[in-house]
Amino acid sequence: MARVVFLLPLVLFAVVAGYFAVPLLTGRDPGELPSALIDRPVPDMALPPLFEGAPGLASDDLRGGVTLVNFFASWCLPCRAEHPVLTRLAKSETLHGISYKDDPARTRAWLAELGDPFERIGTDTSGRTAIEWGVYGVPETYIIDRDGRIRYRHAGPVTRAVLEDEILPLLRSLREAAS
Amino acid sequence: MIIELGHHALVLAFLVALLQGTVPLVGAARRDLALMELGRSAALVQLLALAGAFAALTHAYVTSDFSVLNVAENSHSMKPMLYKVTGVWGNHEGSMLLWVLVLAAFGLAVALRGHGLPAVLKARVLAIQGLLGAGFLGFILLTSNPFLRLDPVPADGRDLNPLLQDPGLAFHPPMLYLGYVGFSVAFSFSVAALIEGRVDPAWARWVRPWTLAAWSALTAGIALGSWWAYYELGWGGWWYWDPVENASFMPWLAGTALLHSAIVVEKRDALKSWTILLAIIAFGFSLMGTFLVRSGVLTSVHAFAVDPDRGLYILVLLAVTIGGALALFAFRAPAMAQGSLFRPISREGGLVANNLLLATATATVCVGTLYPLFLDAATGEKVSVGPPFFHATFVPVMLPAVLLAGIGPMLAWKRADLEGVFTRLRFAALVAGAVALLTWLLQHGHHPGPVIGLALAAWLAASTLIEWTGRVGLFRRRGIVARIIGLPRSAHGMTLAHLGLAVFICGAVGDSFWRREVVVDATPGAVAELAGYRVVLEDIRSGNGPNYEAEVVRLRVERDGEAIGELRPERRFYPVQGTRTTEAAIRSRPLGDLYAAVGEGRTPEHRTLRLWHAPLVPWIWAGALMMVTGGLVSLSDRRLRVGAPRRTPGPVTQPAGGD
Amino acid sequence: MRFLAIVAFLLLAPLAAAPVHAVQPDEIFADSGLEQRAREIFRGVRCLVCQNQSIDDSDAALAQDLRTLIRERLVAGESDEQIHRFLVARYGEFVLLDPPFRPGTWLLWASPVLALLAGIAIAWAALRRRRSPVEPAALSDDERARLAALAASDEEGQ
Repeated sequence: MARVVFLLPLVLFAVVAGYFAVPLLTGRDPGELPSALIDRPVPDMALPPLFEGAPGLASDDLRGGVTLVNFFASWCLPCRAEHPVLTRLAKSETLHGISYKDDPARTRAWLAELGDPFERIGTDTSGRTAIEWGVYGVPETYIIDRDGRIRYRHAGPVTRAVLEDEILPLLRSLREAAS
Repeated sequence: MIIELGHHALVLAFLVALLQGTVPLVGAARRDLALMELGRSAALVQLLALAGAFAALTHAYVTSDFSVLNVAENSHSMKPMLYKVTGVWGNHEGSMLLWVLVLAAFGLAVALRGHGLPAVLKARVLAIQGLLGAGFLGFILLTSNPFLRLDPVPADGRDLNPLLQDPGLAFHPPMLYLGYVGFSVAFSFSVAALIEGRVDPAWARWVRPWTLAAWSALTAGIALGSWWAYYELGWGGWWYWDPVENASFMPWLAGTALLHSAIVVEKRDALKSWTILLAIIAFGFSLMGTFLVRSGVLTSVHAFAVDPDRGLYILVLLAVTIGGALALFAFRAPAMAQGSLFRPISREGGLVANNLLLATATATVCVGTLYPLFLDAATGEKVSVGPPFFHATFVPVMLPAVLLAGIGPMLAWKRADLEGVFTRLRFAALVAGAVALLTWLLQHGHHPGPVIGLALAAWLAASTLIEWTGRVGLFRRRGIVARIIGLPRSAHGMTLAHLGLAVFICGAVGDSFWRREVVVDATPGAVAELAGYRVVLEDIRSGNGPNYEAEVVRLRVERDGEAIGELRPERRFYPVQGTRTTEAAIRSRPLGDLYAAVGEGRTPEHRTLRLWHAPLVPWIWAGALMMVTGGLVSLSDRRLRVGAPRRTPGPVTQPAGGD
Repeated sequence: MRFLAIVAFLLLAPLAAAPVHAVQPDEIFADSGLEQRAREIFRGVRCLVCQNQSIDDSDAALAQDLRTLIRERLVAGESDEQIHRFLVARYGEFVLLDPPFRPGTWLLWASPVLALLAGIAIAWAALRRRRSPVEPAALSDDERARLAALAASDEEGQ
């Protein structure tokens, strides 16, 4: 019994060191936050359109098919970086955009310059809708299933690797599950 | 050229440290005096080599040699000279170099001072210091070499973060490292004792001064950092329970426990294995702090740019040193667990209770700091453990510790007369009660926090003073001065440190519960009122520093219609890094600070003026200063000077004495 | 003590440390009681962009938005708990600086008590072990005398 007590510090230390090793060895980013809304229905919203005469974006638009939603802004540099990847993605998928806390004129100019990959665009000038979605920075990209539930969130720019390794496989499996 | 010499010196130090870490160990095992003696000369050579390497890097900073990558990344030719020098340790590589320099300095100090030390013990202590040095030098050479050249040479450097260009920070890291690294000596003594399988009161007498020195430096380092955060960051806060702050607080708590438990080993030849364990833990937390700051496992979203190799290397180093020491502890300590007889109501009993509470507090801070990491790794859940958790757990654990700190010093060794002690403490209880009542009546809103906090502080201060006056016989007639001089310095040191704790508590309570804030959008001529002060924004001027552009807001402070002073908060822009900083202005008075910071306003003419009245904040620094001074006074005690003969007892020492 | 944190930041990515001016003058409530409640809630909500700050300290845009939102909900008469639930539903428990008491955090909240109990148990066991071999043997008169002498010399030695 007495000897066990003397072993205790070593055991506790080993446990702590083991936990330290996990993020270092797996290369997992401890700062990455999972969304609290995974498997939840998309928040209620009815956003005004960016372009006059075009449709806005409402919760109902996100039901009935697998869709993607991207929060972006013209003032956001990483958004510019991910734009080519999104443009490629939009060729085969339904991608909606929500412009976050941005001046509509600037957003329009930005899209005119880089190209507009979005099916529908809603404007969230106050940032309130983004809070409903649990957005903590732009860009963020969400995948919504046929029932209008959020299945995936990626924070930060969508890179080619994220697209190939995470987004496309999930989209495929969501389609297979439906058919 | 000088840079290459510095690099060579670093390699030399590494090789010498390896020698220092191995040869004396062999010598100690074979009882070969010549081999054991090598440790001393190696310690000297290692320090000289590292001093050379450090001087070489400093030279590169002072002369703005941007062909050195480290200088180009962290300095700038326009930077004031003071910050060129302090910039040496304002970055990862340079701070690691400072770390090993301090380690080598402690090694040499042991080599030079330990005259009374048995040769075998000394050889082993020096060898372990050498191994630690080799481990960290290897880390620097492999992952964090400050002597890398840069080609092509840039025209100018990238500058040091303006927030770090501050006189308060010039001495914060060196102090902190003196503390962290100082615990390495206690660690080395413990491992040497474990190898030897023997601990006696003499061992504790040798360890205590090093622990005291490290503890004093760490206290000063933490206080300096806290003070800097208070005036420089412009939030007016001084402690955030941030993981990085906690990383420096844990070794402090463990070191405080160690200081107290070592007394029991010295006086009663008990608590031996516990004291050894504490020494290992105190240094282990020091190393863990280094790991947490540099590996990025706990910091923020911005942490992923950290080099994972560095984190891994330190983790391996941590596992080898601390894991190795704890394994040795598990293996050897049971054999020497035998101590002398022990009663709960006694000085040693009080010190055990002190250690129990401090250990619990350390564990609480440790679990709170690391829990998010554990939960994430175990279940993937993300939680935050912030200040509310620590307020709810750490504070209640410390309350009885403070209560006890008032009683403990009055208890006699072996068996104390509790009734007699309580009789002597009646007055302290009375003072505490009066303070509690006054606080209750005078404060706005009857919050229990300040009542409990201030009453405890009053209790601690009063009982500490009663104990001290009792020992110096203040109320006896003649020979007071002789008695004050005759009392061991360690007794004065303890009195000062405990009073410092009481003063600190007052400051912490005042600021936590009574801070008042006013935030206004102001243009010149605007007036804000706060805690009886009237603050008038006089004008906004521009004024430039050597490497920044500044906007100075002049505030006139009035009280009862009379101007009593001026505050000049600034906003600065450092063009090299494109960074803005706010420089708060503080009017510090014994009863509280008036704190002003400015920010951007609603329009170009407006400024957001933020004013705080922070009662008793200066007491926080005063209390810390008293603790540090107490540590140093105690350190100057003759009995603690290694090799000094034990002083013959003076006639004035009371039977209940000791320290 | 933010020093090391800042150094850490520096080593990671050059992060522009913006001047800090958290709560803005125009957002403050006239009702000081309500204002105090708001600030109390702010201090317990983590700024997600800056991670180690509360939204009370932070000047990040998201922190500002969250403060405004919380203020609106307070004015609408929601309880602190309702506001916490609202935030957790969107940002997860990570957003609360005060971790809620639930199975995943039992160990966290119990840790001070567990540590104290473990310490007491170990101390008690050590004391008992130490006492048992010493006490049963009665001392001879000679031993008693020597012990008294030793004790006296020890007392003097202090």
